[in-house]
Amino acid sequence: MTVASPESFQGSLQPQGWLRYFSFSLDHKVIGLQYLVTGFIFYLIGGALAGVIRTELASPISDFISRETYNEVLTLHGTVMIFLWIVPVVNGGFGNYLIPFYVGARDMAFPRLNAVAFWMIPPAGILLISSYFISGAAQSGWTAYPPLSITTPAAGQVVWILSVLLLGGSSIFGAINFIATVLKLRQPGLKLMQLPMYCWAMLGTSILVVLSTPVLAGTLILLSFDIVAHTGFFNPALGGNVVVYQHLFWFYSHPAVYIMVLPAFGLVSEILPIHARKPLFGYTTMVYSILGIVFLGLIVWAHHMFTSGTPPWMRLFFTIATSFIAVPTGIKFFNWLATLWGGKIALNSAMLFSCAFIFHFVFGGITGVALAQVPFDIHVHDTYFVVGHFHYIVYGGTVFVIFAAIYHWYPKFTGRMLNEDLGRLHFLLTFVGFNLCFLPQHWLGLNGMPRRVAEYDPAFTTLNQASSIGALLMAISTLPLLYNVIWSAFRGQVAGDNPWRALTPEWLTSSPPPVENWVGAAPLVHEPYAYGVPADQIDLNATSGRDLWSDGRS
Amino acid sequence: MTSLAPSSTVVTTTSLAQPVEAVEHGHGDFRMFGLLLFLVADGMTFAGFFAAYLTFRAVNPLPPGSNYELELLLPSLNTVLLVVSSFTFHRGGKQLLAGNRSGCRPWLLLTAALGSAFLAGQMVEYFSLPFGLTENLFASTFYALTGFHGLHVTLGVICILVVWFQTRDQGRVTASEPFGLEAAELYWHFVDVIWLVLFGLLYVL
Amino acid sequence: MTIPTSLITLVLGMVLVLGGLWVGQNVNLLPVDASSNAPVYDALFQVLFSIGTILFVGVTGLLIFSLVRFRRLPGDQGDGVAIEGNLPLEILWTAIPAVVVLFVGIYSYDIYERMGGMTPLNGHEAMHGDASSLMLAEHQSHGDAMAAPALLREGPGSSSTLLADDPGEAQPERVWGGISSAAGDALPVELTAMQFAFIFHYPDSSITSGELHVPVGRPVQLRMEARDVIHAFWVPQFRLKQDVIPGQPTVMSFTPTRPGTYPIVCAELCGPYHGGMRTNVVVHEQEAFEAWIRQNAPAAPSTVALAAAPPTG
Ligand code: HEA
Ligand code: HEA
Ligand code: CUA
Ligand SMILES: [Cu+2]
Repeated sequence: MTVASPESFQGSLQPQGWLRYFSFSLDHKVIGLQYLVTGFIFYLIGGALAGVIRTELASPISDFISRETYNEVLTLHGTVMIFLWIVPVVNGGFGNYLIPFYVGARDMAFPRLNAVAFWMIPPAGILLISSYFISGAAQSGWTAYPPLSITTPAAGQVVWILSVLLLGGSSIFGAINFIATVLKLRQPGLKLMQLPMYCWAMLGTSILVVLSTPVLAGTLILLSFDIVAHTGFFNPALGGNVVVYQHLFWFYSHPAVYIMVLPAFGLVSEILPIHARKPLFGYTTMVYSILGIVFLGLIVWAHHMFTSGTPPWMRLFFTIATSFIAVPTGIKFFNWLATLWGGKIALNSAMLFSCAFIFHFVFGGITGVALAQVPFDIHVHDTYFVVGHFHYIVYGGTVFVIFAAIYHWYPKFTGRMLNEDLGRLHFLLTFVGFNLCFLPQHWLGLNGMPRRVAEYDPAFTTLNQASSIGALLMAISTLPLLYNVIWSAFRGQVAGDNPWRALTPEWLTSSPPPVENWVGAAPLVHEPYAYGVPADQIDLNATSGRDLWSDGRS
Repeated sequence: MTSLAPSSTVVTTTSLAQPVEAVEHGHGDFRMFGLLLFLVADGMTFAGFFAAYLTFRAVNPLPPGSNYELELLLPSLNTVLLVVSSFTFHRGGKQLLAGNRSGCRPWLLLTAALGSAFLAGQMVEYFSLPFGLTENLFASTFYALTGFHGLHVTLGVICILVVWFQTRDQGRVTASEPFGLEAAELYWHFVDVIWLVLFGLLYVL
Repeated sequence: MTIPTSLITLVLGMVLVLGGLWVGQNVNLLPVDASSNAPVYDALFQVLFSIGTILFVGVTGLLIFSLVRFRRLPGDQGDGVAIEGNLPLEILWTAIPAVVVLFVGIYSYDIYERMGGMTPLNGHEAMHGDASSLMLAEHQSHGDAMAAPALLREGPGSSSTLLADDPGEAQPERVWGGISSAAGDALPVELTAMQFAFIFHYPDSSITSGELHVPVGRPVQLRMEARDVIHAFWVPQFRLKQDVIPGQPTVMSFTPTRPGTYPIVCAELCGPYHGGMRTNVVVHEQEAFEAWIRQNAPAAPSTVALAAAPPTG
């Protein structure tokens, strides 16, 4: 990614040569880009698998692939997208690249552990994918509910467990590193409440990782015992209990959804103020809402189990607790809207993707709050309504933010701008394709189409075909992005060090940055969002919206 | 292109007196903090196991006639061994910090011996138990919990032996660089505390 | 600029709320309702849809308005206003969602109560008749789950526990459940799910069938257990779903209200043919149901169920 004409390297300490990116580099920027590129490759793989799913579902009968293969593809798609694309990229990728800058450090707290964490990912991914070709992949969905996961072919399931254990380990090591870096490696004189919001998001995410991922690891170890050693933890035929697995699994996997989205919240909080040229609205409430989401996120897991026969009081508690997540999340969304209000908004690709994120996430969040209501969920649980809900959030939310972040930070990574026209084309195709693909799925779910099926009621054919066309558009939409990223690395307009006139510390150095981030001393940024003209200096006739907001500081 | 926003005054730089190397390598030692975070994570793994065990116990009846009155004598003895070993480790650590490396080493060996004795006791118990791993739900959970803990003890004993080796005359662990020993000690106390919880849940409850 | 902004905001807000309510009243996104709790469910859906529409349209409107109104004009390199926050506003948009969510929570609790979801789980094993339910209650009161014999020792392939209709054989067991609104005169049906079929058994008439036949207007109590892996019983037109779990019987009851044939869909991934694991529930008029029982009952049909059947209306 850092291929640029030799002149741009003159005088910089940036490591030269491609080999760096294939080595056990300890530089946080190299590791960040390693995560990003690896993740993107897995996105293409996961997307190709989604393509297979949508092709199969273009007709109501199981004709394109066998039913077993469908389940393998479905399991791989979910696992690859979550554990090899979203989690590594929004945490590992951007986290490693940005956090040291933001705390004013020259690297992460534990550079070696950092490299180890990254290098656990490619083997895990290769293991997972190759299981498809060697023994047949796991067939029990990304949730791997027993007893199905115990009775399907063992080899694929065991490889799946191994791979997820490796990825979970990687994630835990990464999280330890982030917590230590944010809390301990801050430059002297920099207070926690002066950090860019992404640091807070990563702190919250990492706390979730440290508290919940180990539970998944333990659970999967027990599950592997059931498969390999024929113990009966989750095997009712041997006196075990299948619902215990679900509790333990979701104790991790619900927090995991915030592990996938909190960093995206953080990235948006960095992007919006810069392109709207206004301070981030409500810094303090933003911080507390992150902490609120972390806390609530840990106590709502059973909303995935409303039909599993849990006791009524439990369903009631989890309904209320889940619904309340809308409160801290809502704070963040309204604060972002207020950040935009009265700004000077540049409608570039980064901004478009960020705003589409708000649009999609609010939609997905509202369907989420509906799902949290037990009586509502009883009808739509395990249907395409749920598939619609979470793609609106993980794709329409997090993936859109990743795209926004690529347009925003590409000049930092490479020193060159991405082409804006191609960016907008990418946006348009993705936006249309995405909504065409996933909006109809809500209706399908409400009207009787269960998820994870290779064949369905022919009455649902038309909408499924619309959805498949949407997926095709999304696949096409990756072409302008890929072309743009590769072409711009060589031919893109030279960006200069700080094309966005930003104030956060990663922009206060050369682009791409030197090995130790700053040639001289690290800048100490106390107010990362100090954009904007103070209200009393502003030309009242040239602005608007002044009558709705008053200056919070006056 | 590089012009900053109006209020660029908020960007100051740290004093140039600090050379680059000092900033890079001069930061404090966070390894203990990192270990602590790791132990929190590890503790959550155990917490998951404990929660599973308690739920199984509350919800899933065992087949009639399955015996799960465990022998208490040996495990209690083991508990004592482990608790004592925490104290011996602590004594050793204090010796090292006081600069007395040779006074520290026997304590470390003693700790490792106590840990090994615990493991031996565990093995004896395993072989004398009337049930095997797949006998029933309780048996599986019992072996999974004690086995996972035993793995931790084994790792701990290895760490202690490594530290013991490194406290020899040319070794790396010294009074001024005690990280290895302190880390092993923290880990050992953690394993000890986990055992106490485990003992309470499995044997006493 | 002659009309005050606050007035415009107020009007827009009212249009938004009324529009949302109207949309909620007029959406028609659900399949026909064929059970007594479906209309209750649909009422909840309308409320959720109204609230959702108001919030979504509101947020989207603000977003698009800002993007248009505050877009940077070509050549403008200036900054926006330096507003860092506004406590009253932030409190306002913490409070509004909190109130909305609280309202939704309480309302859906009420709905759930009306659908019978809050009935104590172990209180309705009455399906094997009074004798067995008494026995069960007695066993339950001992409370020591560990001492109780296991309920599914035999593993896959055997379902003796499940199909035991002799009260004397009833094991003390924990039954889990979802929705249950059945009164005492419910028609008991036992459902066994397996890869990849649903089998229905009528203990009163000893009929075993691959399709579920029920009379309209009479509560039906399903007692479900799976042989192999987890399945889920779902009838979209009833708005009801319950997992069928191996080793853990579950119960659910419903009252069909609209004669017709509706799909029963397995909603939990259970293997390759999960998508094909479907059958039908046929809701008959009372006479047609009796006829079906007569036709299908084995040699000596028991007429207890029919005698106990309530008059349908
Ligand atoms: C990044 C991932 C992500 C995120 C952030 C969320 C966020 C939320 N999710 Fe989602 N969810 C998933 C990923 C995610 N989810 C996945 C992958 C599944 C399926 C797993 C599987 O089975 O395979 C799932 C499934 C799922 C279920 C289970 C459905 C089922 O299987 O039956 C439920 C039920 O409660 C749920 C609820 C919620 C809620 C309430 C939120 C909330 O956090 C949303 C909060 C946000 C808002 C509400 C919008 C902004 C707020 C405002 C504008 C304020 C005003 C709003 C109100 C007052 C309502 N989700
Ligand atoms: C977390 C992130 C994530 C992302 C980004 C996506 C992205 C997509 N998902 Fe996925 N999905 C999940 C997570 C995700 N999904 C999960 C967790 C499940 C549940 C699994 C389970 O039930 O266990 C699921 C399930 C799921 C289903 C339900 C299957 C079923 O229940 O039967 C469907 C069906 O439409 C679907 C479709 C799609 C589509 C069309 C995309 C598209 O957005 C993808 C767009 C991208 C591309 C199309 C890539 C384009 C590139 C190429 C095509 C290049 C060619 C490739 C090579 C040269 C290698 N997904
Ligand atoms: Cu049975 Cu799906
Ligand atoms: Cu969840």
